[in-house]
Amino acid sequence: MSGISQDDVAHLAHLARISIPADQLGHYADQLGAILDAVAQVSSLDTSDVPAMSHPVPMTNVFREDIPGVSLTAAQALSGAPAVEDERFRVPRILDEE
Amino acid sequence: MAEAIMNYDEAISKFDPVLGLEVHVELGTNTKMFCGCSTVFGAPPNTHVCPVCLGLPGALPTLNKIGVESAIRIGLALNCEIAQWCRFARKNYFYPDMPKNFQTSQYDEPIAFEGYLDVEIDTDEGRKTFRVPIERAHMEEDTGKNSHVGGATGRIHGADYSLVDYNRAGIPLIEIVTKPITGTGKYAPEVAKAYVAALRDILRGLGVSDVKMEQGSLRCDVNLSLRETPESKLGIRSETKNVNSLRSVERAVRYEVTRHAARLTAGDSVVQETRHWHEDTGISTSGRPKSDAEDYRYFPEPDLLPIAPSREWVEELRATIPENPAVRRARLVADWGLSELDMNTVINSGALDLIVEAVDAGVDAAAARKWWTGELSRIANDRGIELEELPVTPVHLKRLEELITAGSLNDKLARQALEGVIAGEGDIDAIVAARGLAVVSDDGPLLAAIDEALAADPAVAETIKSGKLAAAGSVVGAVMKATRGQADAARVRELLFEKLGVSE
Amino acid sequence: MSDLIRKDASELAGLVSSGEVSAVEVAKAHLDRIAAVDGAVHAFLHVDTAGALSAAAAVDAKVKSGEKLSVLAGVPLGLKDILATNGLPTTCGSRVLDGWIPPYDATVVTKLREAGIVILGKTNMDEFAMGSSTEHSAFGPTHNPWDLDRIPGGSGGGSSACVSAFEAPLAIGTDTGGSIRQPAAVTGSVGVKPTYGGVSRYGIVALASSLDQAGPCARNVLDTAMLHSVIAGHDPMDSTSINSPVPDVIAAAKRADIKGMKVGVIKELGGEGYQAGVRSRFDESVALIESLGAEVVEVSCPSFPSALAAYYLILPSEASSNLAKFDGIRFGNRVGDDGTKSVEQVMSETRAAGFGSEVIRRIILGTYALSAGYYDAYYGQAQKVRTLIKRDFDAAFAKVDVLISPTAPTTAFKIGEKLDDPLAMYLNDVATIPVNMAGLPGMSLPIGLAPEDGLPVGLQIIAPAMADDRLYNVGAAIERELLAKWGGPLLAQAPELAGA
Repeated sequence: MSGISQDDVAHLAHLARISIPADQLGHYADQLGAILDAVAQVSSLDTSDVPAMSHPVPMTNVFREDIPGVSLTAAQALSGAPAVEDERFRVPRILDEE
Repeated sequence: MAEAIMNYDEAISKFDPVLGLEVHVELGTNTKMFCGCSTVFGAPPNTHVCPVCLGLPGALPTLNKIGVESAIRIGLALNCEIAQWCRFARKNYFYPDMPKNFQTSQYDEPIAFEGYLDVEIDTDEGRKTFRVPIERAHMEEDTGKNSHVGGATGRIHGADYSLVDYNRAGIPLIEIVTKPITGTGKYAPEVAKAYVAALRDILRGLGVSDVKMEQGSLRCDVNLSLRETPESKLGIRSETKNVNSLRSVERAVRYEVTRHAARLTAGDSVVQETRHWHEDTGISTSGRPKSDAEDYRYFPEPDLLPIAPSREWVEELRATIPENPAVRRARLVADWGLSELDMNTVINSGALDLIVEAVDAGVDAAAARKWWTGELSRIANDRGIELEELPVTPVHLKRLEELITAGSLNDKLARQALEGVIAGEGDIDAIVAARGLAVVSDDGPLLAAIDEALAADPAVAETIKSGKLAAAGSVVGAVMKATRGQADAARVRELLFEKLGVSE
Repeated sequence: MSDLIRKDASELAGLVSSGEVSAVEVAKAHLDRIAAVDGAVHAFLHVDTAGALSAAAAVDAKVKSGEKLSVLAGVPLGLKDILATNGLPTTCGSRVLDGWIPPYDATVVTKLREAGIVILGKTNMDEFAMGSSTEHSAFGPTHNPWDLDRIPGGSGGGSSACVSAFEAPLAIGTDTGGSIRQPAAVTGSVGVKPTYGGVSRYGIVALASSLDQAGPCARNVLDTAMLHSVIAGHDPMDSTSINSPVPDVIAAAKRADIKGMKVGVIKELGGEGYQAGVRSRFDESVALIESLGAEVVEVSCPSFPSALAAYYLILPSEASSNLAKFDGIRFGNRVGDDGTKSVEQVMSETRAAGFGSEVIRRIILGTYALSAGYYDAYYGQAQKVRTLIKRDFDAAFAKVDVLISPTAPTTAFKIGEKLDDPLAMYLNDVATIPVNMAGLPGMSLPIGLAPEDGLPVGLQIIAPAMADDRLYNVGAAIERELLAKWGGPLLAQAPELAGA
């Protein structure tokens, strides 16, 4: 087993902003451990001289001209929001500034 | 809450400061970095937004060409190398002002890297140049703006909730990061300020940003650490944010030096943390500790393709880079034989480029400076317009100077000719002809006017003869008035003294 | 039940444009069919009756005024619920988006609307396209029309099921690791994943951005080609969109001539782990291809056995970032905002309540694979394996014109059978994943029923990038022979659905 602990799952869940109840951490840890064991197979190939591939299309320098396009109206922008006030998105209190 | 600090001189006698500066500049492009929304400041909330910059599901970024060109030009102006191939990366963290919960940025492949900027400061030994090493300049996007509601202060702490406007989200940012700046000694605050000022001048010269620190289009973070001696390894640094004026840059460095020194001397270690600068009180306060929970999980942005600037493109952009403002200033001071003070007057008047243009067209430097910082500045000021908006060209000034040198115009007539130019009456010769502006060089009418003036004030002739030559001014003035300014004042004075038999 | 529902899309388009049948009649016939059978199949999450009838009426008006119509005008279509539709719900099969109505259309949707294609509604899918069975939809599974106890494939099970249940002659799917092709294989329909960059991704909710591609689903090769030609083409809104002419896929589907072509059988995709009936039908297809004058050779792609592992690192990594925006701030549901909790708590509760367990599993996995200290061993290594897979394909296409394999290792399995075993579920995509890793076009074509269970088997055809037309040429040639052999479409052999 790749030894992914419940603490690891709790830490990762925090990074991913998903509140996982404590009694489910073990279940996720077991499943993730098994998956990680399986995907560790990627290390079986010798890739010492192989470049990493981030994009499947061999294109570069795709740009847009700096010409304004159409924006949404505030009403459209806010139409799907769970909470709105004063033409802005209302969000619960923020604990600290980035 | 204020922390203990140590006297600055004492702190510097005990420790060697190491500076690091991170400057974010908002580009003045028409559109955002990754979508076609406008970047104009001050629009009603959430009206400069679209599915892309709101991070709606399914939307994809497209890269602003001018944003990339600006980044390359900034890199070149800072003596950087330009990447042959680089990518964007996603910096993953959650924050409500960031619509996608990742920032599209650059990580280990910045578009520009390994540069420097020389800055000059006054030291005890006179002007001295410091070379600030630049690690990188990279492209990224700005966040939206939170406003905090409720609570006592309207600030983030104690607020009941916040409201977010995403108009600013996605505006192009270039982040310029220095390497650790060492060897400044006690001049660390001055070097920091001079660096940000020089950077601001360069960015303004490039025309890539309005570089207004007070509006947030130029933002500075100050990193500082102290070490026992220049040979010691680097100490733990603090990162002070929200340093939004040149004066604050200097003060924040000075404050952090005194704060770190107090901690270290008391046997406490410096906490690696983000701090907030408070302009009003002149201190920084602790923000968020840089915990190990901060793991940005960078990876190459799959939705944007790599940028591979051709050498031709880079050279084309290099050709658009103006001379470094500091270098140019030094050169012009020497070429024009000005004092630093004169040069300050020129720069503050905003006439530098116009004077250079005139000089390049063959106008005498002193004359060009006189016209642009004098009469033309006054006119522009009266009309509430910029100097550049005046329709006065180097050709006008050149012809004006030729006529003055030849003696056919005097200063007063020249000013009238300029008025004609501004009124759109044509070129200098046409205006001179149409307005009948010409110095009266025939002595006959001048002598007649002198006689008239002496007759009108019989006592003055004796006064002059008695040696009070200053009294001649009123006669010359009367003659000038009689000839509607078209007399050559020097010649009038000459003729008057000749007539009265006195010599200067 | 009207016989209009059994007609091909090309035939329906002809009837509509000639005025023999109105587009409204065609739409109504399909809406009736949906009303009759979708209770059992559950291919649709949302049926847009009013929108469909109004789009059909607009086509009829054009017919009356003699305006020129596009090739598929008036033909109904099911749209995977992962494409943003202005004014229509778009859920991605997730609670976190329940009730969200986008303020914009995906580029593919715009093209469909402009072509006069009648969008009947949004089809079911595994939540955020994570799955191979459509069981991971938050709104309940879709059932395979061949056997309602079985899965229709996934993630685009709704799209393949609506086509094979005669609820729509056309559908749009998206394919990140096989989500168009594997459902097509297990439902006896045709599905194509175009070359990466061939169809705009703008407005398609991203799963794994470097792998995702939308494509056409239909009941025969020509209809698939016609839909492909409508949705493909350069889009300046998608930076990864290829700016060159779309291959003439319709002409290729009509050509159907493979004499003299070289066809490679991928050694690593077959044999152990593949169901006997899948193997036997595949072997028959190889013989058929040879009988049509093509040369068949075996090629080896030695890095393919690592493709699945690499895929299950790249996909969760990209997905963990793509799905970060679902936080209950700008759109969708918000959970737990009682006025006392911080934004961080509310985001975390919103995401925990909004995402199903498979989505959570993959987000956590991706978060792990991208973490400092693990990146090189996992995500970085997976991207290098990706290069090796691409090199294997490059070497193979230096020798052959197209490659073939079975689309899926098994026929449709029972609902619930693999739900608690993520690794077993992932194995369904073992043959389709390498195609996405290299950005190539791939087709699944029905080639018969497995003798042991009487369920459809699919043949996967793979072509080099931007040679999508080869898929249609080869697929149409094989299809022509099989239709002659079967005496009609394979789907005619599917059992009649209750209610129909």
